[in-house]
Amino acid sequence: MLDYNNPNFVLMVEGLTVSFDGFKAVNDLSFYVEPNECRVIIGPNGAGKTTVLDLICGRTKATAGAVAFKGHDLLKMREDQIVHAGVGRKFQTPSVYEDLSVFANLELSYPKGHGVFGALFFRRDQAVRERIEEIAEMIFLKDHLAQKAAFLSHGQKQWLEIGMLLIQDPELLMLDEPVAGMSVAERKKTAELLNRIIADRSVIVIEHDMGFVEDIATRVTVLHQGKVLSEGSMDRVQNDPKVIEVYLGH
Amino acid sequence: MINPFTHKYMNGREALGFAILAAIIFVLFPLVLEPFRLNLFGKYLTYAFVAVGLVLCWGVGGILSLGQGVFFGLGGYCMAMFLKLEASSPENTAIQSTPGIPDFMDWNQLTALPWWWEPFNSFAFTIFAVVAVPVVFAFVIGVAMFRRRVGGVYFAIITQAIAAILTILIIGQQGFTGGVNGITDLRTLHGWDIRTDEAKTTLYFVNGVLLFAVLFAAQFVRKSKLGRLLIAMRDQEDRVRFSGYDVANFKIFVFCLGAAFAAIGGAMFTLQVGFMSPSFVGIVPSIEMVIFAAVGGRLSILGAVYGTLLVNWAKTTFSESFPELWLLGLGALFIAVVMAFPNGLAGVWAEQVAPRLRKLWPGNAAAPENTPAE
Repeated sequence: MLDYNNPNFVLMVEGLTVSFDGFKAVNDLSFYVEPNECRVIIGPNGAGKTTVLDLICGRTKATAGAVAFKGHDLLKMREDQIVHAGVGRKFQTPSVYEDLSVFANLELSYPKGHGVFGALFFRRDQAVRERIEEIAEMIFLKDHLAQKAAFLSHGQKQWLEIGMLLIQDPELLMLDEPVAGMSVAERKKTAELLNRIIADRSVIVIEHDMGFVEDIATRVTVLHQGKVLSEGSMDRVQNDPKVIEVYLGH
Repeated sequence: MINPFTHKYMNGREALGFAILAAIIFVLFPLVLEPFRLNLFGKYLTYAFVAVGLVLCWGVGGILSLGQGVFFGLGGYCMAMFLKLEASSPENTAIQSTPGIPDFMDWNQLTALPWWWEPFNSFAFTIFAVVAVPVVFAFVIGVAMFRRRVGGVYFAIITQAIAAILTILIIGQQGFTGGVNGITDLRTLHGWDIRTDEAKTTLYFVNGVLLFAVLFAAQFVRKSKLGRLLIAMRDQEDRVRFSGYDVANFKIFVFCLGAAFAAIGGAMFTLQVGFMSPSFVGIVPSIEMVIFAAVGGRLSILGAVYGTLLVNWAKTTFSESFPELWLLGLGALFIAVVMAFPNGLAGVWAEQVAPRLRKLWPGNAAAPENTPAE
């Protein structure tokens, strides 16, 4: 039986399975994330990486298994409750609110006024403004606060979405390909940004860029056909013959 | 540059827009229109309540309801029930086999007032019911649909089905509802004859004041964080969910708000026109109401009022001369708006007229204004 309150781990995933019409996208998957760890999930296309994040954050309902986060049973919770428990999720394609300003994008993510009437009577007070400026500075968008998010570059949208998560101050941050589609310069800046923000929280990252993975990973989990193929340090995983065969080899 | 840190519920330009509309409704129309036409415009303006609600639901929040006639009708029927009871005093209905009940009940062999008509003897209860009945109904629909994440075109179809069902129900239950004729022959409100020209003019102004109350409420919602959330939900529903919001609650709220607006319009319609019938509940009026909002500009609450006035004025004018062509004309208008002016009159104003006006204004020409982001 899974001990939901085990203090050694922030996130415990055990026996997680999801089946879409008989196809098991994630099959009896288990892994454990420690406090302040940066876990990178790699694997070939269709290995179930994004599905794992979807299952943890409540977007997809699991068929079997358990996901424990700080004493919560995430599989029994709604998406917004999972967010309030402290799990933040960044999507693969940047999803920001294009019709709203950068400021409003960050403001909507500020963890206050999340009920209907809370939102109706929400005031932009000093604390909100300061926090938004602080985050904007961190994500290199301080000069773009009044701009519509639709006019940002692809990389800037990725940063904005990361900023929207940071303002929630989640204990567990899940990032799906945060550097995909970025220029070399943007990528460098993002690595620097991520290194700064993962310092005091646990992070799960899905990434293909091996240089980037080496830069940030505490540990690496290799997924293949919905199962863990290998797990450990980057070095260990890179030299695992099973991994070389299915993934790094080609 | 726009300063994102100051946040006002109404900027100068918007205040000017409100003032101009107020001048048109409270000064211009009463001065130039004879009482009959003024009453007609008062009737048009009752639809504007619905259109403003649709701007919030559909334009801002992306929830297209093709059943707003339901809420307009429920509000109107609640008011009509009160007025009908007042008009059916035992003295007025002495010739009936059961005096003291509405005439259509008597025609349908009812011998007592149904229990659910009783509370409508009270004006206070009626005012409460005008808003509460449609809002509760909207709440039930909202919970049933949005909690299950039914949205988009499916939601639109279901609301349309509800409009059809309610029409059929009203027509079928003739003894309780007045059937296809509706509730007619309404006379007085607390002894005050609502059929005179003076009464109609007074009601026109009451209607105008209520419309502005609704416009201010809509403006407040639009400019609150909830308004920005609605826009965010329209574009990226998942992101909103994963920012920690229970999306269904916000949809239910805005749908109920739109229902409340529509209901107030319906009640004012009954008062000004003197009857309420199923022909204002069903599919066709519900779709017409969406067209009003679309023509005005589905993102602009003031545009919705102009759109409603324009389409209804055109409808009256054209259907007086070419009754058989009007529906085709309305359809063509809708297609034209969708194809050529997706943001309606408000869009044409903001993109074409306003920039040219600004150029005419000396000193302003050098500063082309960006559309401020929310």
